[in-house]
Amino acid sequence: MRRLAVVLALVLSLGAIGTASASEQHPTLAELENEVICPTCHTLLALSSSPIAERMRAFIARRIAVGDTKSEIKAKLVDEFGEGVLAAPPKRGFNLLVWILPIGGALVAAVVVGLLARRWVRARAAADLDERAGGSAPLDPELERRLDEELARFEA
Amino acid sequence: MSRVPKLALQAVAIAVVASMIALLGWRVVTHDRAQGIADAIAAGKTPAAPDFDLPLLDGTGRVVLSSLRGKAVVLNFWASWCLPCKDEAPRLQAAWEKWRDRGVVFVGVDAQDFRGDAKRFVARYRLTYPIVHDGRGSTLGRFGVSGFPETWFVDREGRLVGARIQGPVSARELDDNIRLALGDAS
Repeated sequence: MRRLAVVLALVLSLGAIGTASASEQHPTLAELENEVICPTCHTLLALSSSPIAERMRAFIARRIAVGDTKSEIKAKLVDEFGEGVLAAPPKRGFNLLVWILPIGGALVAAVVVGLLARRWVRARAAADLDERAGGSAPLDPELERRLDEELARFEA
Repeated sequence: MSRVPKLALQAVAIAVVASMIALLGWRVVTHDRAQGIADAIAAGKTPAAPDFDLPLLDGTGRVVLSSLRGKAVVLNFWASWCLPCKDEAPRLQAAWEKWRDRGVVFVGVDAQDFRGDAKRFVARYRLTYPIVHDGRGSTLGRFGVSGFPETWFVDREGRLVGARIQGPVSARELDDNIRLALGDAS
């Protein structure tokens, strides 16, 4: 059963790699329209019908026709319009922060929640232990004196 | 949680919030500066023109706006995909030919455009004044350019003068504002 799961995972991974490679080597206009931003309207190219968007579509179609890969087409668009033309920032330099910060933030949050949970569980366990031992923390002497007085008055 | 990690976490949280506020402030100030230039022009003031350093479309060099001090500058923001830009291109070329020997420089800023398309446009309309390429559109925000074409006028001291022409500029608007930029409004 375990062996079957490993084989299945391998097949799925290889399939995903193959699909990504095909997309890189033979991109479609539809794919790139969802990975590129229209520079004048700042929306995905797929959602834009502005004049420059139409020219970008024509440019991408021409580059696909001559056999450019997805990376080559994106590099040419970046050369013309800057990195802002990419829907997802490249994973290098300052842009790396965009990828690292959410993951880092989630990790830090998980650590903080873990520490707080551990602290809470320990405090709860200590309280349970105390309760089970039948005692509680010694009362403040002043409070104990007042309690004795109240009890004596009640009994009288 | 012990005291030191707690303090460190608090410091990190404060730093993150402070940097986000600083980023917001920077964005607001940058946007307000461009809006301030447009408002100042509309109120008849003469704010300093934001500087830029952009490559020439034909790849032969660069143009730094501040290096043109001492001359009146006509700044025309355009793109080859802009229909009204086709309409005004012959008028700009004619005005350039008329004023070029009288201390006036025309600079076309081709923004958010393919270089190849822009070169074809320049060849088709036989534009001979310097054209710079700003594919990213980085100058648009600094001037507060809201559409193409848009024309601004810079005097000999590097100050924006006259009117900011949004839409195709007429021959008369060019002549009147160039005279202003030359300090020859009479």
